[in-house]
Amino acid sequence: MTIDPLLSRRSFLASGGIVVAFALAGPALGQLAGGGEGSAGPPVLNPSLPGSLKSSPYLDSWIQIDPEGRATVFTGKAELGQGIRTALMQVAAEELDLPPRSVTLVTVDTSRTPDEGLTAGSHSMQDSGAAIRNAAANVRMHLERSAAKMLGVAVDAVVTQGDGTITARDGRSVSYAEIAASLSLHVEAIADAPRRQAGDFRTMGTNVPRLDIPAKTTGGAAFIQDMRLPGMLHARVVRGPSEGTRLLLPPEAEIRAMPGLFKFVRNGNFQAVLAEREWDAIGLMRALQASPFELARDPFPTGAVGETLKGLPSRDIRIVDVHQPAGQPVKRLSSRFSRPWLSHGSIGPSCALAMFDHDLLTIWTHSQGTFDVRRVAADLLGMSIEKIRAIHVEGSGCYGQNGADDVAAEAALLALQVPGRPVRLQWMREQEFGWEPLGPGMITELSAGIDANNRIVEWRHEVWSNPHNNRPVNAGGVLVGNEVSPPFPIPEGKPIPMPEGDGSRNSNPLYDLPNMDVVYHFVKDMPIRVSALRSLGAHLNVFSIESMFDELADAAGQDPLAFRLAHMADERARQVMRSASGAFGWKDRKKTGQFHGFGMGFARYKNLGAHCAVFLEVAVNQDTGRISVRRAAASVDCGEPVSPDGIANQVEGAIIQSLSWCTREAVTNTGTLRTSFDWSEYPIMRFLDVPESIEVTVEKQSGQPFLGVAECGQGPASAALANAVADATGVRFRDMPLSPERVRAAIVTL
Amino acid sequence: MTSYLNVNGRQHAVEADPATPLLYVLRGELGLNGAKYGCGLGQCGACTVMVDGKAVFSCLMPVRALAGRAITTIEGLGDVTTPNPVQQAFQEVQAAQCGYCIAGMIMRAQSLLETNAAPSDEEIRVHMQPNLCRCGTHSRILRAVRSASDKLSLKGSPAGTK
Repeated sequence: MTIDPLLSRRSFLASGGIVVAFALAGPALGQLAGGGEGSAGPPVLNPSLPGSLKSSPYLDSWIQIDPEGRATVFTGKAELGQGIRTALMQVAAEELDLPPRSVTLVTVDTSRTPDEGLTAGSHSMQDSGAAIRNAAANVRMHLERSAAKMLGVAVDAVVTQGDGTITARDGRSVSYAEIAASLSLHVEAIADAPRRQAGDFRTMGTNVPRLDIPAKTTGGAAFIQDMRLPGMLHARVVRGPSEGTRLLLPPEAEIRAMPGLFKFVRNGNFQAVLAEREWDAIGLMRALQASPFELARDPFPTGAVGETLKGLPSRDIRIVDVHQPAGQPVKRLSSRFSRPWLSHGSIGPSCALAMFDHDLLTIWTHSQGTFDVRRVAADLLGMSIEKIRAIHVEGSGCYGQNGADDVAAEAALLALQVPGRPVRLQWMREQEFGWEPLGPGMITELSAGIDANNRIVEWRHEVWSNPHNNRPVNAGGVLVGNEVSPPFPIPEGKPIPMPEGDGSRNSNPLYDLPNMDVVYHFVKDMPIRVSALRSLGAHLNVFSIESMFDELADAAGQDPLAFRLAHMADERARQVMRSASGAFGWKDRKKTGQFHGFGMGFARYKNLGAHCAVFLEVAVNQDTGRISVRRAAASVDCGEPVSPDGIANQVEGAIIQSLSWCTREAVTNTGTLRTSFDWSEYPIMRFLDVPESIEVTVEKQSGQPFLGVAECGQGPASAALANAVADATGVRFRDMPLSPERVRAAIVTL
Repeated sequence: MTSYLNVNGRQHAVEADPATPLLYVLRGELGLNGAKYGCGLGQCGACTVMVDGKAVFSCLMPVRALAGRAITTIEGLGDVTTPNPVQQAFQEVQAAQCGYCIAGMIMRAQSLLETNAAPSDEEIRVHMQPNLCRCGTHSRILRAVRSASDKLSLKGSPAGTK
């Protein structure tokens, strides 16, 4: 890696600029801070401010202007491949009124940036985008005030020019560089600093090319996997084949004599090998992993997901309880839906680097919770948190909590064993599949009734789920914490309360229904290791609600779109349905034969995030059961769009990933082992399977608050698929995945 | 033991067990970033490089099989200032999300366009089939390959290397 973050930190500080005490609050725990997934986070200091300014209200926590008039902007969020680095840079450039090239964005680093909790839950634009936008507007306000003073004119007589200068009416101008030397930004933000208006935008709303793509397309050092530190050792953890297994290793003297070994580390049931060369570390790991193993936990459930979850104790949480006068039901429908356990399926297995030097531990991680990585390491190693620095470096896409947090804690423990030597640890493919927390399996049961006027007058939705909220905030949350001696206990899972919810996420329909009963049967005991997967429970809840709407529309003899619109008052919801249906050509759709069909799905993510509607055209092969998605059209409303092409990219990806989940994915296991440990046992969509075209409309919502976009398509796309397949085949599939085997069995004799 | 490898037009003497997969030599000994570890099983294509113009999984190919053969990695196509047409097309289409698979995607696309500068859409899909993307960037990747192909076939030249 060419950039040493420590070095650039030093050179940044040495470069001077505005010298102030860095306005970072000390670490503290506050539940439900940024990310909406219940990680630890900083306390709220000023609730009147937007986004994460609430917790970090000082401007210099976010923005510094150097003597050349360039801005360095600090975010507590991480680039996960969602393009947030570029989008946040655009936000800052717009409100500072600087060209994008004059803005450098620093992503989450416990020594440099605010703690904004997790980068998760489609929260980054809401939390950090809103904070940076307002902080930048505050900074511009201070720059304008200083310029007015320097030029001896009133503050409303100066205008920023977009190039780092401020001009008075008489033509005289002063640059940000000239102002910077005397401007202190160690001041609290105010909530109502004037913001730039959409008509004047130079950067926001335009497609600035992503900052990370040049390196990623030319072999640059773009990922944590590409970091090479001087004197770096390669580590591999030595574990049984999957979660809960324990290896019976040969005597330690035998292990220590193995050629190529630099060091063997053992602490309780945690073992790892260190070697100078990566291939040697892998060879040592493989030799040791050939040892016999045993299952050191309760056997895994092998029955259907519903049977498993209903067999465990649950706590009932009432999500919606609305009862209004309505007509008498004349038709009633009941349906059950399910989703299996899913893998995050990151293409690059999890990786971390760590170095313990001069009493300081530095951890490089691609975790979504960089500040949590520091908390976990402090707890695991019994170190003072001030002696630990965690820095986010991009990894392979994670889509939730994969092995990133585990591997970061493991690298930290290993680094303490070899002071002065950086340690690079990457999991192997089979370790990622075998040990990462999975996306929880879930079931729902819905029933609904329509009256004589085809109005839905009854609605009941029950959902059973494990917690999706197992983000580690202490050593018990990571594998190594459970393996060391003495072990840290696995924390008890807790639900995320509404409105964000976890298993309950999006179980509350946005539709206008006079009577709604929604109950979350929260199943605390986790028979398989689980945590957050993109969209949490929204995936199955939206799948269920939107499938039910099509079943009801069919019972009512109505068009699925018209039936939805008849039950939806929210204008922004109506708009995405209308615009996506228009782009798709829904009204003029025509089946060209048997096993050809169309379907739609809609949701507003968490009922408070982005609105998204997806329309699909499919063909189903009766002999093979294979579903071909011919084309997709989607519309998304995520508030003021910052990077329209970036938003489209996220929604295209969400549709393809969701279709992959829905049509082929399920983690498999026996009572002893996870058995889907590679891509042949856990196939995902490949090029021949993806839609021939995907068209995404991004709604223009000038002046509306930012809403995150990354997760909004997961539910609607899977729902649209099930609805299109039902339209094509006449058979309703309610259990994911809609695999060729299942589809064929149901339609081959039709 | 010393192996001699021709990588991106340069000869390298490498000390490695001849059974070492090329991937670890490229990354560990030559300091190249493009080829990525994804599965070590030839199932995902993140490690794709070209050997004598053909796309191969560098995670499976032992260095002993490579004497006298021309190895091309993404670093051999072009760099940030002078990307080759395929790299440029991926940049123009913004065909990446996390991007971990993208170097392998570009190498596989390059190997197609070097032998067939004007493939059909179906030929592109079939050719790209061995490589996995988890972010769902497939439609952009296909557009980027199409766009590179259109430019190259207009010029009437195969996809060149640096």
